[in-house]
Amino acid sequence: MSILTFISNLMIPILLFYIIGYGLLSRRDIYRDFLDGAADGLKTAVGICPALIGLMTAVGILRASGFLELLTRLLGNITEFLGIPGEILPLSVVRLFSSSAATGLLLDIFKESGTDSAAGLMGALILGSTESVFYCMSVYFSSVKVKKIRYTLAGALFASVAGAAAAVCIVHAIL
Amino acid sequence: MTYLWGGMIFLGVIYGTLTGNLQAVTDAAVSSSKEAVTLCISMAGVTAMWTGVMKIAENAGLVEQLSGKMRPVLRFLFPRLNPNSKACKYISLNFLSNCLGLGWAATPAGLKAMKELEKTEEERYRIRAPERKELSGKRQGVYGLAASNEMCTFLIINVSSLQLLPMNLIAYRSQYGSVNPAFIAAPAFLATLVSTGAAVFFCKIMDKRRQGNL
Repeated sequence: MSILTFISNLMIPILLFYIIGYGLLSRRDIYRDFLDGAADGLKTAVGICPALIGLMTAVGILRASGFLELLTRLLGNITEFLGIPGEILPLSVVRLFSSSAATGLLLDIFKESGTDSAAGLMGALILGSTESVFYCMSVYFSSVKVKKIRYTLAGALFASVAGAAAAVCIVHAIL
Repeated sequence: MTYLWGGMIFLGVIYGTLTGNLQAVTDAAVSSSKEAVTLCISMAGVTAMWTGVMKIAENAGLVEQLSGKMRPVLRFLFPRLNPNSKACKYISLNFLSNCLGLGWAATPAGLKAMKELEKTEEERYRIRAPERKELSGKRQGVYGLAASNEMCTFLIINVSSLQLLPMNLIAYRSQYGSVNPAFIAAPAFLATLVSTGAAVFFCKIMDKRRQGNL
């Protein structure tokens, strides 16, 4: 646990040090580069705002209606013996279709059970180790004339399940 | 997405009516949208800071330099591709951008990589076409309609989430009062390793099987 914390705390400073150092060595105007990138980042942040509003509202409505709780309780009965909180299964499924919807659900978990609870950590790890499979595949395959995707979907789902399983195991190991 | 979103609201309203939680539903609709904007604003700082730093890495040539080092990896994953081809260049650019969390750079490179892979596949069929009529029949007559092994491998690894440092998750965690938001970094790295490892494993097995058939 303490080693993980140590490495985690080290990652960002080291990356910053390395990148800034590399930038200085390349003799570019790195401050201007930074400002350029930061401006792009602000645009990105503003760009996702409408999606976030839409999805957090939808998740908020689902939560307030009591449906999310019902779903969590039902699924919790099934998944609990595997050590998986009930919120995790819906999150994993939504994750395959949409990153922003999954983010909405994860933030709901953060609010309800806390960021450092088992569910909060698992959810974060699942979002970190999987992708919106269906969305990505449709973007990439629609750019070429491919009709048969062969084993792509199977492989992508296999990787996602592996990532989710790893998330569950890791959380159990560190808590 | 339309159905997912519509469905969520639809379900919420119907279920809320049935359970008599309509007042709460109304409150949630108002307060959640407000919360989303607050979150966006507080997230914007971290996002901008990080994209700024990544821009430095990109402009300083760090990404290109690293993609040179990707060669052995690409040769292992795509043994049938010419390592000097454009396809390989775009693939390594895409993988690296994903690793660094540069989503906006990853997608254009990925789309170009798909186009290049498509060209490669078409060439392969043109070479094989004369003596392989029966195969082309099974593949609906025209080359390029079925994904090549390289396309499958590329996409599977792409969606296995390569991102090494989930900056956005760290930001969300700090926003929702985590004691140590960055704690997620190392476990996330491990989980990503597992999902990508599984993807590579799967692709290699499928590659072997395909070669057996040919």
